[in-house]
Amino acid sequence: MIATGPDAVREHTPPPASDLVVEAAHLRKTYGPTPALEDVSLSLGSGTGLTLLGPNGTGKTTLLRILGTLLRPTSGSLRIAGRDALKEPSAVRGAIDMVGHGTWIYEDLTAIENLRFWSAMGGHDATRPRLLGALESVELDTVAERRARTFSAGMKRRLALARVLLGRGRLLLLDEPFTGLDRAGRKWLGEFLMSFKARGGALVVATHSFDAGLGVADRVAILAGGRIALDRPTAALGHDELRRLYDDLALGSGSAS
Amino acid sequence: MSGYVRRAWSVVWKDLLSERRSKESVNTLVFFSLLLLFVFQFSLGPDRARVETALPGLLWLGFLLAGLLAFGRTFLVERENDCWEGLILAPGDKSAIYLGKLVGNVLLMAVVEAVLVLLFALFFSLDFTSVLPGLVLVLALGTLGLAAVGTLFGAITAQLRARELLFPVLLLPAAVPVLLASVSATQTVLLGEPLAQAAPWLKLLGAADLVYLVVGVLTFEFVLEA
Amino acid sequence: MPVRALGWLAVLGLVAGIVAAFGYAPREVMQGNVQRIMYLHVPAVLTAYLAFALVFIGSVGYLLTRRAGWDRLALAAAEPGVIFTGITIASGSIWGKPTWGTWWTWDARLTSTAVLFLVYVGYLLLRGMIDEPDRRARAAAVVGILGTANIPIVHFSVKWWRALHQPATILGPEPSPIAAPIALTLFVNWLAFTLLFLYLLAKRTEIARLEERHAE
Repeated sequence: MIATGPDAVREHTPPPASDLVVEAAHLRKTYGPTPALEDVSLSLGSGTGLTLLGPNGTGKTTLLRILGTLLRPTSGSLRIAGRDALKEPSAVRGAIDMVGHGTWIYEDLTAIENLRFWSAMGGHDATRPRLLGALESVELDTVAERRARTFSAGMKRRLALARVLLGRGRLLLLDEPFTGLDRAGRKWLGEFLMSFKARGGALVVATHSFDAGLGVADRVAILAGGRIALDRPTAALGHDELRRLYDDLALGSGSAS
Repeated sequence: MSGYVRRAWSVVWKDLLSERRSKESVNTLVFFSLLLLFVFQFSLGPDRARVETALPGLLWLGFLLAGLLAFGRTFLVERENDCWEGLILAPGDKSAIYLGKLVGNVLLMAVVEAVLVLLFALFFSLDFTSVLPGLVLVLALGTLGLAAVGTLFGAITAQLRARELLFPVLLLPAAVPVLLASVSATQTVLLGEPLAQAAPWLKLLGAADLVYLVVGVLTFEFVLEA
Repeated sequence: MPVRALGWLAVLGLVAGIVAAFGYAPREVMQGNVQRIMYLHVPAVLTAYLAFALVFIGSVGYLLTRRAGWDRLALAAAEPGVIFTGITIASGSIWGKPTWGTWWTWDARLTSTAVLFLVYVGYLLLRGMIDEPDRRARAAAVVGILGTANIPIVHFSVKWWRALHQPATILGPEPSPIAAPIALTLFVNWLAFTLLFLYLLAKRTEIARLEERHAE
């Protein structure tokens, strides 16, 4: 469960400990004198999705990178899939997948070659049929042999998701995955993420895109000034109420700065 | 194939494939070798004998300069395509990536060195055929040493703002022993002397290569972080 | 031991060392008084090696534990280390001038020391160009480790390279057995330099700690 400021309300019993994919406690990240993140704790069980809402610059990307073991927190603890992520990052990285600002795509390689490379690097050497199957799932099979340089932003995003499909990740972290997608694209991505959850994976989606982010989330957290200002299950909140809270906390003065 | 070897090989395969498609590095470095030839001749003046006496040094100077360009770019493609994070998140021993990049660099340098030797032979009517086996051995040992350090430092400087300045500043002092040994051994070989004469230098190169490889393999995971 | 006491001890040692070098140690027959610079040159190079050994230890320590204290050790040892290396080179050059007639020949030991100097100046430049503490410490640690591992390789390559061209020049203490007054003077100066180095190390560590705290 989330422990935040005094305004937070616990409305949810935490999932059994064995089921926890992410357990973060009191994460803090400072760059020199400026704290980018302050006292952030959260936990996430398998098959659930958490959406981090907040305007740019509030620390969403920093938090996501810490969860993905790409950044070390200044203090705090982090466990992923039951292992200490700060002491043994290499042990947990096999369970993590990220789709961030960079899509990990080599422009001179074709779609299928990119997949083959990342599949081999991930330690699960996929056969050609499997690679093609993944491309089919993201509707890129027709361009399998085309160089990634020619792809649109949406296609690159889909290729990154195909990579995720091939992996055995239990935790998927997405940073602004909805930007640059049209309505059909967002719908498609939403369905992809739902099926990822259905397979037992856990999701953290960081976005400032309010509506799209809600669709895949079981819980919503609002990040303001580096702190978690709110954390509620989406079921417990009305859409408009959440919108109002978001406008207040994130776009207004923020709850704890 | 074990996972480690497969990952190292995947890196080599990926870089070779990218290079074959874009042909950026090879073409430019080969052309660079041609330019070097002219620069060397112009710097030393029209006396051909001077160039011939200085040949071992000039060869290695050429390799070093080309190496500064080539090794500095080792992780350029990862940086440009934003794939650095992907490599960090790849599970398993990161040194597989180091070795993969190292092999790629050695292959690239092999092409450049072959071209430079050929150009010298062509422009100065030199015949290397009798000394070729010994020459290849010296080149291989020396290049491995340069590449081992170059790949490691290339990774360190890849994410830095000042990488173009720092990379040569770091590589050149570290490359001194390899340079000294390689030039001396090359000189012995080119004079037609028996290879055994160059043995101490070759052993030193071998030992140096081993040390650099071990340091590279052991420390690479600390370099390849965000 | 409080740092200030260390500082005074160092001053004391240095004074004793100078007195011994000029008053107590014998005048060398062939080279004359210039040879007294050996009492600066040899302790300086020994101290430099001590410094770089500490850089190595600090580097390995940081990579294994990620604790800032090890990185501070590496930094605080590297800066005086570079200074002492510079003193070694300068004193070696001055010593050699009357003998060789020039300020510089590519004497094996002097050249090796010069390469060492270049490596660690590069180390400090690298440190200067990275702001983020963890990345800086890691990058510096790897460069430091390679630099130290390279020391014996540099030593041999330069020595053999020189042997090809000229016989070794005499730039060191007299062949053994070393006369007692010379040995004693060397020892006193070496001790003084080590104390000075430790004082600088302690001071630089303090400053580094303050810098870190200020940055927070």
